[in-house]
Formats: sequence, structure tokens, C-alpha cells
Amino acid sequence: MKKLKLTIAVTGLNNTDNPGPGIPVIRGIRDSKEIEARIIGLAYENLEPGIYMPQMLDKTYMIPYPSSGIEAYMERIEEIHKKDPINLIIPNLDAELYTFMKAEPRLKELGIRTFVPTLEQFEERHKANLETYGKKYGIKVPKSMILTGHHDIQKIQDEFEYPVLVKGKFYDAYIAYNPEQVVNHYNKITAKWGLPIIIQEFIKGTEVNVVALGDGKGNTVAAVPMRKLFITDKGKAWSGITLADEEMIRITNHLISKTKWRGGMELEMIKTNKNEYYMIEINPRIPAWVYLAVGAGQNIPEALVKLAMGEKVKPFETYKVGKMFIRYSWDLLGNIDEFEQLSIFGEIEK
Amino acid sequence: MKLKKNIAVSENGFLFDPHSGESYSLNKTAQLIVKLISEGKTEVEIMNSIMKKYDVESSALQRYLDDFIMMLHQMNLLEKEDN
Repeated sequence: MKKLKLTIAVTGLNNTDNPGPGIPVIRGIRDSKEIEARIIGLAYENLEPGIYMPQMLDKTYMIPYPSSGIEAYMERIEEIHKKDPINLIIPNLDAELYTFMKAEPRLKELGIRTFVPTLEQFEERHKANLETYGKKYGIKVPKSMILTGHHDIQKIQDEFEYPVLVKGKFYDAYIAYNPEQVVNHYNKITAKWGLPIIIQEFIKGTEVNVVALGDGKGNTVAAVPMRKLFITDKGKAWSGITLADEEMIRITNHLISKTKWRGGMELEMIKTNKNEYYMIEINPRIPAWVYLAVGAGQNIPEALVKLAMGEKVKPFETYKVGKMFIRYSWDLLGNIDEFEQLSIFGEIEK
Repeated sequence: MKLKKNIAVSENGFLFDPHSGESYSLNKTAQLIVKLISEGKTEVEIMNSIMKKYDVESSALQRYLDDFIMMLHQMNLLEKEDN
């Protein structure tokens, strides 16, 4: 079989205790027998561990944060593309997705492909809109309420029973047992991520997740359910196991078919003792634990690359149940000249 | 009484529930009871098998077995009975 020869740029190389999905995505691509990739890392910080990991990247370029504005961001991408032509970019971080969606036509003109959700798909699944989303697509979601200021906190007790979850728009979620705790979490989250704050009904049960890939036409190309076995203090999975759960797959198929979701996604659900499933969050990108799905038989990064390049992809139908992952920390040794290269020139060849 | 579909118990007494991702270590007695349940034995048949193997009073065994079965139900390892 003739291999697809591509240059693929990947972000999210922060393989820390709050890992970005970059390295697991690259591992999936490297495992592929159908893709021969030159992989370019796009890094925001020169100490992102992925840059220094052996056999992962062929080259790394530093890029500005998306908060520096779409112009500065795109200028740097264009500059890199002139030197090192890119076929496909896989953005892996929530905060940069909006930029890539907005820039999609411009990237297309340059000959750079992406495979991200549409702006509408991205916007409507925001935590703040989850209740409307649940009604629109017929999925169970917890009751929620938006706080736009301290004055709203007193209204919580009219609508909810404590405890409640206090969530930021993009990141962070804390449980609060009384209004005083809501104030605390409110202040902590707004200081970091700003407004709004979302108050969500606390659903008792087990958190379960699905990593999935939609082809943009309503078909589920891949879907693997997992339960976190060990969670870090940041709420990230440090270990997990694939599950045999037909209902989770059914919900995923239903959502992808209704929304015609394009790209990778992670569905976060709570399974109650009565075997009901509540969707608590929809992440519009591949999660950092995607390599578990690769190990279970569904190489989602490979399938995403093929879909982005307009290749036909046969949906995966099975996966191994009981496949586990366990993260670990490992000290990589590097030399100061690598760090110097990145700091001075903003790029490094591996 | 029926074990849920796909529940696997290894020879070492390691039970894995693929629906929840939970795993349990069974001692020898628990292993035997789970094996008998998976063979479709009734509670009375399970009691008889255990009493043949172990020196235990039937009233005590009945209590322990009821507790154990209730635990299996709570852990969602048994199919729900219709009645």
C-alpha cells in the first residue's frame, strides 16, 4: 500500500501533569502503517516536554499565544509554512480552536488543511449553553445557571440544592456545599479565567468519558468509552480503562449524527446508580488520553489525518475492552544548546 | 440469580466488570460462590456445595451468603431479577 506522505503540524506538546493531547496524537500518527509523516511541533513555551521527547518531532517552532491576536498568530504560521510547507495542522488545545476555525479559509488558501468542528458546533456546546444543547439534541444534562456577578450567588438556593458545581467557562470545576464556598470558588475562577461562572447541578455517580471522531456528515468514525481509574488533583486522568458500554456508544452516535460533528471530541458524562447518563461537558478536540483508544484498536489520530486529507475512512466497529493506560513521569535529559536554539531562533531541528 | 454478561473471573480470583471498569480480588470462598452462580446454581445448591466442602453451620452460611449476594447486587454484578 502506498503511504500518505505528509507534513503535519501539531500543538499541545505540554506533556505535564495537565497534559495536552499533542504527544498522544503524534504517537498515533507514528504508529500508523498508512501515513509517513514529518511532524512539526508548534510550541508556546520552550520548556514544553514534548519538544524534547525522542522520536516524536522532526522539528519544533515557537508560536505566539492565540491571545496575541489572530493576525500575529497567522503571520507566524505563514512564516513557518514558507520555510517548511505544512499539509495539515492538528490544533489540540481548547484556547486555540477558535483561532483555527476563524482562520480555516485563510489556511485553506495556503494549502494547509485542518479538521476542526464548525464555529456553530463549537459555540453551541459551550458549558454555558449545555441546557439548551441538551434540549435541542435530546440528551440528559444537569441543570445549570450562569453567574455574571456576586449578586447572582444568592439566587442559587432558589433553583438548586447544595452541593453544586462551580465551573469556569473553559477550565476548572469545584464542588461547593454552601454560598460561602461558591464565593470562594467564584473569586478563584474569575481571577484566572474571567466571567461567566457556571453553576451546575451536582449529579451523583461515576464519571465516564468517550473519545470520538465525527466525519462531519453525521457518521461516527470512532468511539471508545473509558473510566478514569486515578485522577490527579487537577482532575486529569492519570490512569483509565476502556469499558464495554453500549449506551455510551449509542449516545455518542446519536450526538454525532444530530450535530454532524466534524473532528475529534471528548464527551464527559456521569453515570448514575440508576444507569442514567448525564452529559456534563463536550470538549471539541481529541483528549490527552487518546492513545488508550489507539491501543484498544481505534487509531483516531490516523483516521483524523485521513479524513482531513479527503481519504476514505471505514468507521471502526470494535475495540478492546479492559485496555488500560497509566501515565508516569520521567526525567528527560537535554543540553543547554537545545534550549538556546529555541530561545534565540524560535525553532529546533531534532 | 445470574452474573452480568461479560463479567470475567480469572483462575486467580480476579474479577473484572467491563461495564463499570471496576475490578475485585475474590478469596477462595467468594471465587467458588461466583463460579457456582455463573454455572446457574440456585442459592440452595450453592449452600449444599459449600457445606460439602467446608465445616460450617447452615444458619451461619445462609447469613454470609445472603450478605455476599446483596454485595454482588450493590456492586451491580448480578442481572436484575424481574420479581
